[in-house]
Amino acid sequence: MSGGPMLDDEVVRHLKGVVDLPDLSGTRYRLLRRLGQGGMGTVYLAEDEDLGREVALKVLFLLDAAGEAARHLLAEARLLARLEHPNIVPIHDVGTLPDGRVFYVMTYVRGKRLDAWWAGTPSRPVHLRLFQKICDAVEFANARGIVHRDLKPENVMVGPFGEALVMDWGVAKVRDASEAGGAVVGTPAYMAPEQARGDVQRIDARTDVYALGAILYYLLSGRPPYDASTGASVLEVISRRPPRPLREVDPAIPRPLQAICSRAMAREPRERYATAREISEDIDRFLDRLPVRAHRETPLERASRFVDRNRVLVYLVAAYLVMRAIVVMVTAR
Amino acid sequence: MPHDDTDIGGGRSRFPTTRLSAVLGAQSAETEVRARSFEALIAAYWKPVYKHVRIRWKKSNEDAKDLTQAFFLRAMEKDFFDSYDREKGRFRTFLRTCLDRFVSNEEKSEKRLKRGGGGIVLPLDFDGAEAELQSSPPCGDPERFFDAEWVRTLFGLAIEALRAECASRGKEAHFRLFARHDLADSGSGRPTYAALAAEFGLKTTDVTNYLAFARGEFRRLLLATLRDLTAGDEEYRREARLLLGAEPEDPS
Repeated sequence: MSGGPMLDDEVVRHLKGVVDLPDLSGTRYRLLRRLGQGGMGTVYLAEDEDLGREVALKVLFLLDAAGEAARHLLAEARLLARLEHPNIVPIHDVGTLPDGRVFYVMTYVRGKRLDAWWAGTPSRPVHLRLFQKICDAVEFANARGIVHRDLKPENVMVGPFGEALVMDWGVAKVRDASEAGGAVVGTPAYMAPEQARGDVQRIDARTDVYALGAILYYLLSGRPPYDASTGASVLEVISRRPPRPLREVDPAIPRPLQAICSRAMAREPRERYATAREISEDIDRFLDRLPVRAHRETPLERASRFVDRNRVLVYLVAAYLVMRAIVVMVTAR
Repeated sequence: MPHDDTDIGGGRSRFPTTRLSAVLGAQSAETEVRARSFEALIAAYWKPVYKHVRIRWKKSNEDAKDLTQAFFLRAMEKDFFDSYDREKGRFRTFLRTCLDRFVSNEEKSEKRLKRGGGGIVLPLDFDGAEAELQSSPPCGDPERFFDAEWVRTLFGLAIEALRAECASRGKEAHFRLFARHDLADSGSGRPTYAALAAEFGLKTTDVTNYLAFARGEFRRLLLATLRDLTAGDEEYRREARLLLGAEPEDPS
């Protein structure tokens, strides 16, 4: 018994790529090239030969010999087709490959992934405005009873005009439904505690609110709330304790933003913002230098914010006082 | 690589897809089912076991051979695998835990079987495994190494199954093309489709089609082998995710 031919590491890596390649014969799509890989599947650039356009085709690792997940995904896709929003990339088509893997087709977005965009865009207000667009998309879907459940920087693209485009809608639900016993798969760093525990019954719009908080954490600090390099243990840590406070990571982060993030990422869903819109409104208040709901200010912070918000008036008053002081001193001589 | 191998319990043909997987079959009360299941398990695990004993336990070549033989023989005699509970984790992890316990006990009791002293000797190609170990030394922790070796063995078994499948269907050229292109090692480089077409006297489109066939079959056989070596749907799915490239992207 030899156990097969001798295979070096490079050959094994190549063979993994070979078995991963989808067989699209029998579909209207022609494979062009591989775009990338995530926790749930591999994304390819493909051509829709019927319509003559390029599309993003995602092949899930999920094996679906019975066709149940594909049917589920199709039902979801019908629902998602109604999500017409400028910040949402809907699913166009779903199917099953001859080997049983499920695939779905989305618009091919020419842009940058949120993490790549963040690295090249240092302005915090720009980050926060983009974050609000993500909140808009999530609010729109949540209001129609659709929970994304897999929000993370990898699922947000930033288009050429600075628009946020949220992808992979509804797939997480299909994944959960098909994994026996609510097994947890995917990138855990952005998962809400109830999701990390596999508590499928408690997943609702506030699960998305948590993930939005985690994305905000990333946008403010440049790192995910939890170190995702140790998969299973991250899930355990998420279930047990909150992430490292933002101001420990970067003391320059304003307290109100830290508070918004903490409230969105509260352990208990009932302690979070009720909707994505509420987070966005608090971000608006911060940007307008108004008090945010998530944070009770100290008198010093209130004074500081007043100065910040009324800078011109303060400068004028200060200048007036200095002038008065000079006049008084000159007169006194 | 020596080819003095024989199969335990019959030829290379695998079970029909409706039968128990080898993991569950090893717990069966039927002697024939158990024998066939052990054959499949040994084929998939003997190399990772041997290399694990060499690396994790720092055993010599000869000691590792003895321990590998003894482990599988003892597993068959003492029904080691009967206590596997699929609810508690992957079979692969269970087997490695059994192995570590076995080697530890052997060390403590110093009752290890002397080479050839156990009567039955499994026909395993230890020279080939040792050559692999020397040419591709392990890096990282032993558990990851064990898992990586298991994946390597699984691919090896699927390649052998593909060779047999192609031969039985008169498609030897398909397999030769697959081997020439997809099994080319890092030293020799991967030929272009045009070069393969010239070498095999085919059109380039034929090369594409032959390779597509062989790869599709390879994938099917790999998953069938995997299905055989897992205890249920959940474990199968998780292992398939590992095999289907849930790792850094293949640059090719």
